[in-house]
Order: sequence, then structure tokens, then C-alpha cells
Amino acid sequence: MTDEILNLSADQLDALREIGNVGAGNSATALSQIISRKIDMTVPKVEIMPLGDVPDVVGGPDAMVVGVFLRVYGLAPGSVLFLLPRDSAFYLIDMLMGKERGTTKNLDFMDESALMEIGNILAGSYLNALSHFTKLTLLPSIPALALDMAGAILSVVLVQLGQMGDHALVIETEFLSEDDGIRGHFFLIPDPGSLNTILAAVGVK
Amino acid sequence: MMSELIRVGMADYKVGRSPASLISYGLGSCIGIAFYDSSTKVGGLLHIMLPDSSQARSNENPAKFADTGIPLMLNDMIALGAVKTRIVAKIAGGAQMFKFANATDIMRVGERNAEAVKAILKDLNIKLIASDTGGNYGRTVELKLETGVYRIKTIDKGEKEL
Repeated sequence: MTDEILNLSADQLDALREIGNVGAGNSATALSQIISRKIDMTVPKVEIMPLGDVPDVVGGPDAMVVGVFLRVYGLAPGSVLFLLPRDSAFYLIDMLMGKERGTTKNLDFMDESALMEIGNILAGSYLNALSHFTKLTLLPSIPALALDMAGAILSVVLVQLGQMGDHALVIETEFLSEDDGIRGHFFLIPDPGSLNTILAAVGVK
Repeated sequence: MMSELIRVGMADYKVGRSPASLISYGLGSCIGIAFYDSSTKVGGLLHIMLPDSSQARSNENPAKFADTGIPLMLNDMIALGAVKTRIVAKIAGGAQMFKFANATDIMRVGERNAEAVKAILKDLNIKLIASDTGGNYGRTVELKLETGVYRIKTIDKGEKEL
């Protein structure tokens, strides 16, 4: 048996890209309102890749990143992961707390709480758009945060996918702030059964 | 001269002999299982993701699971000249990266991985001489085949040698 995601049609991949686009567009707007700065986003990538290659998307398994993780409940359960390289997270905190760039060197309790709230808002706006588009009710769990190696943080979702196959379907968008100081990666990783639910809801075969 | 550094990916394993080193980056709930035969200085490093291949829908890649990966690596080491009765094991990883109030089984996979690995080693009569598992942080692991030292690096929990 091979992974079911390897058999997706071009139309289905397009539909998933559009879903990523709508969701990430909403999130980027939310983020830009929070920090009062322009945020650009890349056209979402929909990629099917071997599980072990996923950490390379964010700089390799030993890259230091901040991850905000949420489970998605509802008719199409899955996981949402917002990853920021460590320096981007520090810069984001500087901005949020009105400090000069370069002030934040590690995360205290308040900083973690602020980043979790940002993850919450981003995931919420992403899922809102996705719910609207698919007419499926999707609710985020409370967020959890970790500052660690990208491979270790990503393993949380990769392990779930590993039970079903050797490939991951990753709907990924990169956020960039105007001055290039913030780079974030937003991953939506549907649970294995959810992909069909989402595709059926948007009516693409 | 720098000795060779062999990278082991997720759901993968490599075997080798001194003076090479085997390294695997950024383990979370996964476990890095290091085998070493000190007489021949042959060793292996296996990076498993899940405890049990029989519970997974896809089990094409044996190195992904503890139950299928461990015998595979053992055989490759024997083929390189290692002797089974001399092989000892050290393990690291098995963290739970995010804490949730209603942690499902899949969130606890690190713990289940560690339990499965220990049970399999016992079944195979391979002595587990050191382990560093659990916690909520990532680990990079490196097995130095010259000495058998298993070095564990973390971001803010320091470095240790098993």
C-alpha cells in the first residue's frame, strides 16, 4: 500500500493551495494588525514530501525555532503549527513589548504567553477562513509553546503522519515583515482522514 | 584528520566502524538507539519514530519502528563483524514536546517509544547500559565509534555523555 496523498490530482492540490491562501491571508492580516506593520506572505506551497525532509523547510532539524502548536477539533481534525526561527520570535517580542530591536535574548513567562496568544490569533483566523470556505466547523485547542530544535518540535506532527505513511502533505506559507526581520512558517497538517473531508467539502475530486 | 560524520535521518539507521561518528539531529518524541561492540568498534544508530509496526497502517519502512528497526540494525552490525553477545545499547529521546491537559495516546508517543525499545532489547538479550529519555525538550545525539561515547546535546538542558 502506498500513501493516499501520493494519489492526489492536480485539481485537488490546487484546491488545497487555495485553502492555504485564504487561511494564510486572514492570518497575515491579523498579524499585521497586531504589530502595526505590513506583513507579506508567500503563495502557499502544497508539498508532498518524505517525512524526514519536513524539518529542512525551516532550516534543518537542529535549527532553533519557537513553535506554537494547536490541535484542530471538529469535522476535519488536524494540527496547526506556527514556527518562527528563534531570532524572529525575539524580534516579534521586541515589537510587541515596545522594546528596541535586539533587546529580547530569551523568553520569559510574559513573552511565552504573548507568543502563544499570537499563535492563537493566527490559528483562529486561519481556521475561520477555512471553516467559511469548507462549511466545516473547526475549532482550535488552547495553544502550547516550545523553544527547541525544529526536528523535535515537528516530530509531534510527523509521528502522527508516520502511522499512516511515509509522506507528509504540508500546506505551508511563509510570512515576512517589511524589514525582513520576521519570518514565520505556518503549517496546516490535516489528520489522515481529514483530507478527504476537506476535499469533499469543497467539491473537488 | 577529521573523522567521518555520518548523518542518520528520521526513520533511518546507519552502521559503521571507528573512527567515524554517527549523528542524528533534533529528536523529540523519537528515540535514538545506539548499539556498540567495543572489541571491533562497530556501532549503529537507529532513529525510530513509533513503537510498533503492527499498529500502523503503513509499515513499508522498517526503520520507522522499534520492533522492526532494531533487528535490522543488529543484523547489519553483525555483517560488519560485530558479535551479538558483546553489543550493548544506549538510548536517548522519547520526549513529550508539548503538554496538553487531555493528552491523547499519540501525544504520549515518546513514553511509549521508550517502553517499547526497552522491552525489545530485553527480548533480544541486548544489555541497555545507559538511557536518557523523557522530559519536554529536543535532543541531538552522536555516537562516537572510536570510544562508544554517546553524546546528547540539548538547547538549554546542557550536554551529557552516556
